[in-house]
Amino acid sequence: MTVLSLFNYWAVVVLMMIGYYCVIVRGNMIKKIIGLGIFQTSVFILFISAGKVLGGSTPILRDGVSIYSNPLPHVLILTAIVVGIATTAVGLALTVRIREAFGSIDDDDLDAAQKDDAE
Amino acid sequence: MIDTITEMMPFIVLVPLIAGPICALLPGRGLPWALATISASVAFVLAAMTLGAVFHGETLRYAFGDWAPPIGIEYRVDAANAFVALLITGMAAILLPWGKALVDDEVPERQGSFYGLFLIALAGLLGITLTGDVFNVFVFLEISSLATYGLIAHGQDRRALLAAFRYLIMGTVGATFLLIGIAFMYILTGSLNMVDLAERLPVDEGSRALQVGLGFIVVGLSIKLALFPLHHWLPNAYTYAPTLISTFLAATATKVALYVMLRFIFDVFGPAYSFMALPLSAGFMALALAGMFAGSWLAIFQTNLKRMLAYSSVAQVGYMVLGVSLVTVAGLMAAFLHLFNHGLMKAALFASAGLIIYRTGSLRMEALRGIGRQMPWTLTAFALAGVSLVGVPPTAGFISKWYLISAAIEADQLWLVALILVTSLMALIYIARIIELVWLQPRPEGAPVVEEVPWGLLVPVWMLVAANFYFGIDTRLTVGAASAAAQALTGGVLLP
Amino acid sequence: MSPIMAVIIPFIGALAIALAARHPRLRDTLSFLLPIPLFLIVISVAIIRLGLGDPMVQPLIELLPGLEITLAVQPLGLIFALLAATLYLAATPYAIGYMRAGGYYHLGRFMACYAIALGATMGIAFAENLLTLYVFYEILSISTYPLVAHTGTDKARAGARTYIALLLVTSVGLMLPAMIWIWQVAGTLSFTSGGILAGQIGPGAGAALLVILLYGIGKAALMPFHRWLPAAMVAPTPVSALLHAVAVVKAGVFSVLTVVLYIFGLDYVVTLVTQPVMLYVAVFTMLAASLVALHQDNLKARLAYSTVSQLAYIVTGALLATELSALGGGLHMLMHGFGKITLFFCAGAIYVASGINTVSGMNGLARRMPLTMLAFFIGALCVIGLPPTGGFWSKWYLVSGAWSAEHYVVVAAFVLSTLLNIAYLLPPVMRAFLKPLPEGDTKPVRIQEAPALCLVPLLVTAAGTLVLFVLADPALQMLKLGIAS
Repeated sequence: MTVLSLFNYWAVVVLMMIGYYCVIVRGNMIKKIIGLGIFQTSVFILFISAGKVLGGSTPILRDGVSIYSNPLPHVLILTAIVVGIATTAVGLALTVRIREAFGSIDDDDLDAAQKDDAE
Repeated sequence: MIDTITEMMPFIVLVPLIAGPICALLPGRGLPWALATISASVAFVLAAMTLGAVFHGETLRYAFGDWAPPIGIEYRVDAANAFVALLITGMAAILLPWGKALVDDEVPERQGSFYGLFLIALAGLLGITLTGDVFNVFVFLEISSLATYGLIAHGQDRRALLAAFRYLIMGTVGATFLLIGIAFMYILTGSLNMVDLAERLPVDEGSRALQVGLGFIVVGLSIKLALFPLHHWLPNAYTYAPTLISTFLAATATKVALYVMLRFIFDVFGPAYSFMALPLSAGFMALALAGMFAGSWLAIFQTNLKRMLAYSSVAQVGYMVLGVSLVTVAGLMAAFLHLFNHGLMKAALFASAGLIIYRTGSLRMEALRGIGRQMPWTLTAFALAGVSLVGVPPTAGFISKWYLISAAIEADQLWLVALILVTSLMALIYIARIIELVWLQPRPEGAPVVEEVPWGLLVPVWMLVAANFYFGIDTRLTVGAASAAAQALTGGVLLP
Repeated sequence: MSPIMAVIIPFIGALAIALAARHPRLRDTLSFLLPIPLFLIVISVAIIRLGLGDPMVQPLIELLPGLEITLAVQPLGLIFALLAATLYLAATPYAIGYMRAGGYYHLGRFMACYAIALGATMGIAFAENLLTLYVFYEILSISTYPLVAHTGTDKARAGARTYIALLLVTSVGLMLPAMIWIWQVAGTLSFTSGGILAGQIGPGAGAALLVILLYGIGKAALMPFHRWLPAAMVAPTPVSALLHAVAVVKAGVFSVLTVVLYIFGLDYVVTLVTQPVMLYVAVFTMLAASLVALHQDNLKARLAYSTVSQLAYIVTGALLATELSALGGGLHMLMHGFGKITLFFCAGAIYVASGINTVSGMNGLARRMPLTMLAFFIGALCVIGLPPTGGFWSKWYLVSGAWSAEHYVVVAAFVLSTLLNIAYLLPPVMRAFLKPLPEGDTKPVRIQEAPALCLVPLLVTAAGTLVLFVLADPALQMLKLGIAS
């Protein structure tokens, strides 16, 4: 196993950092949600790619195939994707409401508006 | 008998989970509330029965669909999670009847969806508590978190939306970290069942992957636990959420996160590995102390009553984690005890604060000047709950403090005793500030006259206060359960 | 008849008074009646204890594994309980009369907290172990806080803040960890003759524990943790009388005596390297407080510092670690109680009847208030320690104890302090009797005492000090039951 052959893990790392960067550094709420989505996707790739068995084929029972890849991570990640969708949906709904209430979805504007609000 | 209870135990989660969507469809105000209250009460009764069954060290295991673990998902209940489940369902059962008037005031429309979300959040928390499968923990964690974000966003102040969003971001990052940790565990062993993982994890091989996995899990759960410095979501979330939600969350959310962390560290990974692979003992101790001091210090300077209580919660989480960091059965027991007692204390405090806001319409301390005489029952409840927070006998808070100090002395960490006492005295400062403000200062001219709340709202709050005093005197249940919980997690072995 | 009844009855009474708060007649009647059953119960408990020798140990509830809240009747505690119950009989009519005459509000809250404080005092007196004592000690601190802050003025709030802060900081910060430490090393917290620590703990740890525990008992007002006492003077005088004679301060020194006698043990405490240190702290407090008292013109402030000094007598008696001095300390608890309450009652009566609260304003006062000043004189004699008041006997035993232990410095300190007592307690009396009324005083010179509700109690307690001169011996015998080796 060379470093290059671990390319799936590299993909995970790169995506995770991109996603995390977006979440933390970007001030626009939509971008934060996008970043969160990328971050979650990287974890999905981690799971799924780890389920691949070398020399294994797709995990659908059929003749002529003796080694299957592991189907369980796929199932788990389906669940996680649904969770991710729900999170994105809630996040976007909040963004819409925040836009209605504050007139902006940018972090700096929102911080200023928060300070102005009376306690 | 045990078999019946084992069969009925999943209903602790299923009843609220099924009732949630039904509730969302119900019109009006009374029906959703009634369904929610009944579901919570049923769950509470079941949880109490379950705790009774496991009190002496048994473990209940229920496999869903009769698919045997480790392939199938199971619920595994021992004294540790039964105790936590009792707290959560108990809080829901007491707070829902109480909160009706407040919810009517703060969330006048679409209460069907509000209570539906509440039930889903409740089901999520209970699912996390009862399950024996790590991926299930992640799923239920996200279920409860998403519902919670929605609930917080219902707050009247528009800053509730921002609080919910920030909590969403931080909470999702935390849950994703947990997922990464689970991924590592799965990749190493191919199993997701806690009991199975405990046997299969390669703890003796110096595996870097395992170490990283544990690290991610600890960090992810620390965000949910609001362990300093990952606590930033908590003050705003507790301050701006509707009163019922603040009270319920303050009493339950962080407790569940602590329980899961303990389950992972002590049961799945095993204390011998966990504390060796990562500097958890020193790390937890340092962060716990930082949280205790930062939380108490910041609480002293707040001008908003709920925010003060929120920072106080950060400090109290520090106490619990401090007990864990001692790595002894006594410390673990103290942590469990404080988990329960703090739930009682904070519920009473937030509940009485909620009643004050209900009448005065403001969170600012300035608006509370001199209302002691006008709302005597509410404020006396607040004062007595505050006394419990400081840790004066004969309250539950005193018992927690005693055990924590005893555990520290037993572990030869006398300097910790001094720090615990200093932060207790800081708690005294911010509680006494409120008491003085409401009773010993005159009501300013022109301030609106407030009336005492109806007795229907007072009864549950006073029940919580009475529980504080009751569990400060008759400690058999709480101490027994905490002890059983600590034993269940560690197998009773005194840890090196 | 058992200790638990003595503890419960005041709490039930407090509840009843609180519920009757809106009905003045009912509330006052309940307040008047409450001390009577309490007194009778304490007397019967005393008879059972002394007559049958039955300590009536009553475990109540197991608070923590191995630690129960337990009540028991021990000789020292019995004296304290008798003192408290008797003086409560006198203090209640005084309080009602004073508060009415002074036009105070919120009497329901006042009398209810008063009753709770007495219940807590009974709990302290009848405590069988340190945990029980601690629980009731804290209840006492918290229940007296609203009493100190009663008038709600800025000064009252500031004073009450100092009061509760000092008491809770010392009890939570020092007494609590000391108690847990003792429990860890000794395995028990029960008060036992000869102490429970000897042989269980290293000399360094034992020495440290003595300091921590003695300072932790903040109600004993050892310097520098004495500030709460003068700060509490903002309270209405019935509260000061309660605090400075009956409940709070006596709870403090009672706790010190109990801890030294039954947790450390007299023989063990002399082996500790910090015992002479704390002894000299107590002696210093005794003298320094007297000196400060000399300079106080405000009458209640003068009496407050006098109390700090007198409490230090008792702590000194305990720390001298001889039987004689411990007996003297216990006796002084009793004698000082009666004497000081008389003095405070008089101070309050003077304020209510003539608006005077300074020593310099007391010129010629005896022409208007002869009975009050007579009682003041007798109370002063008791605190100074002169016959024919009971204070003479407690001073005697304290000095004898110091002499027999060859602590001649302490003897000298006692003598010096007595002289200082004379110097700050007799001038008010002399001013009242011997000086003419101030110029510009145009009111007619006729007898104008405080209302009867106030006057009678103070005469009764003054008479009590005279009675105690004769009854000192039975009290001494009672104390010997607990202190004899």
